[in-house]
Amino acid sequence: MAEGQIDVTQEKEQQTPAREGTVPITTEVPARQGGGGVVPPSETVFGLEDVHVYYGSFLALRGVTLDIGRNEITALIGPSGCGKSTLIRCLNRMNDLIPGARVEGTIEYHGQDLYGEGVDPVEVRRRIGMVFQKPNPFPKSIYDNVAYGPKVMGLKPKSMDELVEQSLRSAALWEEVKDKLRQSALSLSGGQQQRLCIARAIAVSPDVILMDEPCSALDPMSTARIEDLMEKLKQDYTIVIVTHNMQQAARVSDRTAFFTAEAAPGTGDRTGLLVEYDRTDQIFTHPSDQRTEDYVTGRFG
Amino acid sequence: MSASTEVFAPGALQRGATRTPAKVALDAAFAVLLFVGTIVGVIALGVLLFTIYDNGWERLMADPGAFLSNYVSRLPARAGIKAGLYGSIYLMLLTALFCFPVGVGAAIYLEEFAPKNRVTDFVEANIANLAGVPSVVYGLLGLGVFVRFFALGPSLLAGSLTLAVMSLPVIIVAARESIRAVPQSVRLGAYALGATRWQAVWTQVLPAAIPGTLTGAILALSRAIGETAPLLVVGLPVVIFNLPNSLDDPVSALPLLIFNWTSRPQASFAEAAAAASIVLLALLLAMNAVAIFLRNRFSIRW
Repeated sequence: MAEGQIDVTQEKEQQTPAREGTVPITTEVPARQGGGGVVPPSETVFGLEDVHVYYGSFLALRGVTLDIGRNEITALIGPSGCGKSTLIRCLNRMNDLIPGARVEGTIEYHGQDLYGEGVDPVEVRRRIGMVFQKPNPFPKSIYDNVAYGPKVMGLKPKSMDELVEQSLRSAALWEEVKDKLRQSALSLSGGQQQRLCIARAIAVSPDVILMDEPCSALDPMSTARIEDLMEKLKQDYTIVIVTHNMQQAARVSDRTAFFTAEAAPGTGDRTGLLVEYDRTDQIFTHPSDQRTEDYVTGRFG
Repeated sequence: MSASTEVFAPGALQRGATRTPAKVALDAAFAVLLFVGTIVGVIALGVLLFTIYDNGWERLMADPGAFLSNYVSRLPARAGIKAGLYGSIYLMLLTALFCFPVGVGAAIYLEEFAPKNRVTDFVEANIANLAGVPSVVYGLLGLGVFVRFFALGPSLLAGSLTLAVMSLPVIIVAARESIRAVPQSVRLGAYALGATRWQAVWTQVLPAAIPGTLTGAILALSRAIGETAPLLVVGLPVVIFNLPNSLDDPVSALPLLIFNWTSRPQASFAEAAAAASIVLLALLLAMNAVAIFLRNRFSIRW
């Protein structure tokens, strides 16, 4: 690391007792204000340590160390190009699909190395679902969209109809589509399509749902519905969400990681890095880093 | 100078205020030119249809049943197109059977699986080249490879394989275009649900690409069914008095029959050729109609 660049994650490391190596996930969490209840010191789902991501020789993200807790909503925020989408795609190995993408450092998932030898990305993705920025329903019926995941996994549920219904109910879409399950998913509105994509992800009972700016293509009403939905889903799933919308992060997430990008001295390539990771109310009310404060108060980005 | 006052000057919005009459005329002339370009093709088709109709309609309608169900004859009045019509249909079906799976398979490989390297580039460039090879050359290939080397003789199998090889590049190109038109987000969606690469291609990409591929394939086949040269070179007969019972049997084709009849001196054979052309055209137009129907009915609006 070039001299003069401050790596905040390391700075934090020094504050925490020896060899924790991570920003502590939860040690002493006071009761949350305003009805959120107490966030329990939860189990770690993802443990990232000194993660660097390259696209070819380009370093997109460097030195990310953080833990993501179970049944929490973790928001990744930051300006464009800060690597937050890159990071989320590492968590279910979608980056494998980009030629030249490479991950260094360790990403542990329930204690197992996600990039370890013999790990099958297909198996990873069967546990860690993903919802994309732009709703991407398959050009099939609503029913077939939801049934697709279970089918490719070879699941034989007692009743596929029931599984489809349950998934659609969980995604708060059932009432709107129950009479037209055989219609093309492409006939739905954008917000409905996105909830369908969530239903589709839920149908395979994943452990984690990754959401890469799930509301950026939606109107405020649809966005509100999805946010409500996330609040409910968090009881059963661990959710990681990338968002450009700081209000959204503040509204829905338990923890927020703020990333930014810095130009490398020589090349000018912009590399993303984690600035600060903390409970969401902390990030938005008492950020410990000036850059975070500038960002969340709207002075930058 | 103040534009805002000029706008409100009398006549500021009249034609010719800023555009000179010459420019206005040029715009109009250009539109006419484009229209003429469009109409040339339509006129050509109209003239063609009229000529064939004029020459052949009477002959066809004199006794359509006999014309369609008689074999060839020395006597123009008794000559029919049964061998050619059925032969063309058999050839087309077999050609489709051979070239569709191979063409789609090649397209899937090139689009979804092939590594991006020079070998792939080389293959791609040559498929484009193949699409431009004259059909008579495919006839020579068919003669050399299928008729002689594999000793299939001038048979249904040799003829349809030759036409299949000829249609292959066009189908590959059409299938690749359709596969490429499937948004990447669909593939990512499948992968994110734990689909393997094969599952993503087989259950998402291919079904979405099929309508476009079929349209292209039918157009390729309708070109194949009208081809005379390769079948002549392969040596398919015209004078034949039974339909093929197996792949090894000789078979005739409508274009061969038309070609044969037009080269005879009697005027009544020319009429028969025109009548056969009407049937061939009807077949082609029907295939194109199916292609258009498939495109409109099943193509996906993303």
